[in-house]
Amino acid sequence: MSLNDPKLAAQFAEWEKANVDGKVEPATTASGIPVKPLYTPLDLNGDYSGKLGMPGEYPYTRGVYPLMYQSKLWTMRQYSGYATAKESNERYKLLFEQGVTGLSVAFDLPTQMGYDSDDSEIEEEVGRVGVAIDTLADMELLFEGIPLDKISTSFTINAITPIILAMYVAVGEKQGVSPEKLTGTTQNDILKEYFARGAFIFPPVPALKMIGDTYEYCSTKVPKFVPVSVCGYHIRETGSNAVQEIAYAFLNAMVYIDNALERGLDIDKFAPRISFNLSSNMDFFEEVAKFRAARRVWARILKERYGAKDPRSWKFLFFAGTAGSTLTAQQPDNNIIRGTLETLALVLGGCQSLTVNTKDEGHTIPTAEAMLTALRTQQIIAYESGITNTVDPLAGSYYVESLTDVLEEKIVAQMDEIEVRGGMVKSIEDGYIQRSILKEAMKIARDIDSGRRIVIGVNRFQVEEEQPVHLHTWESDKVRDQQERLAKVKNSRNQADVNRTLDVLRQAALAGENIMEPILEAVKAYATVGEMTKVLKEVYGTFREPRDVF
Amino acid sequence: MAKRPLKVLIGKPGLDGHDRGAKIVSRALMDAGMEVIYSGLHCSLDNLVNMAVDEDVDIVGLSFLNGAHISQTKKIINMLCERGAADIAVAVGGNIPLADFEELEKIGVIEVLANTPLSEVVAFFVSVAEKREVSEASNK
Repeated sequence: MSLNDPKLAAQFAEWEKANVDGKVEPATTASGIPVKPLYTPLDLNGDYSGKLGMPGEYPYTRGVYPLMYQSKLWTMRQYSGYATAKESNERYKLLFEQGVTGLSVAFDLPTQMGYDSDDSEIEEEVGRVGVAIDTLADMELLFEGIPLDKISTSFTINAITPIILAMYVAVGEKQGVSPEKLTGTTQNDILKEYFARGAFIFPPVPALKMIGDTYEYCSTKVPKFVPVSVCGYHIRETGSNAVQEIAYAFLNAMVYIDNALERGLDIDKFAPRISFNLSSNMDFFEEVAKFRAARRVWARILKERYGAKDPRSWKFLFFAGTAGSTLTAQQPDNNIIRGTLETLALVLGGCQSLTVNTKDEGHTIPTAEAMLTALRTQQIIAYESGITNTVDPLAGSYYVESLTDVLEEKIVAQMDEIEVRGGMVKSIEDGYIQRSILKEAMKIARDIDSGRRIVIGVNRFQVEEEQPVHLHTWESDKVRDQQERLAKVKNSRNQADVNRTLDVLRQAALAGENIMEPILEAVKAYATVGEMTKVLKEVYGTFREPRDVF
Repeated sequence: MAKRPLKVLIGKPGLDGHDRGAKIVSRALMDAGMEVIYSGLHCSLDNLVNMAVDEDVDIVGLSFLNGAHISQTKKIINMLCERGAADIAVAVGGNIPLADFEELEKIGVIEVLANTPLSEVVAFFVSVAEKREVSEASNK
């Protein structure tokens, strides 16, 4: 319903006839939403209190906190980790000195997939795209000199979350920090791994059970820790549009909620500790509107559908990253500008925590220099731009409010579509979600190919490319260091303890009990990631993706 | 007799799960009329080579974002030779630093398709198909 103002409507119609009709090609957003050449008060809904309200109040369109960045800036993280715990610890300390306010740990692929660094099958991938963690000894080294009661840590870990969470608890105990003081988050969003990120190990049913175990454990033992960060980020990176990004992430989150409710957990006990991880892409206003619409949709789901009573349950809290898929290998410096625009959209969109991708990630993982420039992007926006001085400064923009409404409608419609066809788990298992995303990804690829979507340096304004001078390099020596450290741990640990704790873990898994305590015991006995994963694979089995994804 | 379409295996060796590029290329080659087999994620090198040999493909396209493109490609090419399938061509795409292109070509990769527009990727596979037809015709 638009504002009823016949005079303005007539004025606009006249202007449109004189300037628009037949003169401009209608534009669309990156997600294909039609954009008018001009927005006016006619596009406003008029229901300020119902749709927007005050920041810190339902439905939180304007932000989850009353004063937003005037009371607290977003947590500045930089996703990082490489080689072994030693090198990564040094990188974290450097980032701390330079002003990050939270850590974000990148694990290497063998760790994410439950392999040890001495496994000959995968040793070429050790320490390549993140840090290698085999045992508690590595985790101790990773956080050496970093007090866990002073920082919050975000772990990008999914299939083996219980193991990493247990290691964090154990390192805290060693540092004299009790579990109830630990803050941070594990990604722990397994559903998106099956169709977007690919780091799955176990089939959905036991994997969802493991997530439930972490919820249950955190709600009693690690109450400040956020055990699940539901990711739209990877859905978008796989090629989805902005609507699918939010709709699929919300549907995944609802599977986790339903799972927890089935265990008898109270919605208001755990909903405040669900957080999200979104992507910030290049269509600036669409992204700002997306974050605002997501808050409104989520608040309504929690209040109206789940009947949550605690306002904290209604709040959509999100971490976000600038979009890796918008980086180009060509002319890497241009990525600094992309990162700046995407960060700006996040800040104007009201994020709680963010990481900026680095200019060199079109080639490989970041150098320290590139990472500092990414951190500086956050700091310059935070401290120099004046954007943080007032809450939700784009509110009231005819365009942004109109786009927020359209995105809200489209997100809800997309969610309904999947629910009607049998829900998220079924739609992942039969490949529907994969096919829907691939369709969008193909469209983007074809549009870049044809030049319909312009990417500077790729299909416009190209130059002769040279290899950037400074790039991160992988050193095979570090793999040997890691393998030696693992051998040392294996030689010095009490093997009887390892065997006993692994057996207790197996029995708990077979009995369908919560596996968090048994994993914590195995971790403390210095059982390896590979040993624990092997036990779980034997009990739970492994997952093969559906073939029908094209 | 109708032309036999080019038979392509698109492979994701190793543990990496970023398959957007591999799937886009697979889809584009299917749309161009080629017969495409996609290995799926987490394909061991053994399985990948088995698939290439058992399906008797003309060419394998490997997609890497795990950083291990040189060592894993080298192993795959060696394994293909050991299996008597040295005639199966290998192309590589993904997140590949420019500095590694030469090394990949040195170990026997016929083309590195990184940062390559989709239409050029398809054109490359079409050119492989055309060369194969010429050589098959001359062998008759």
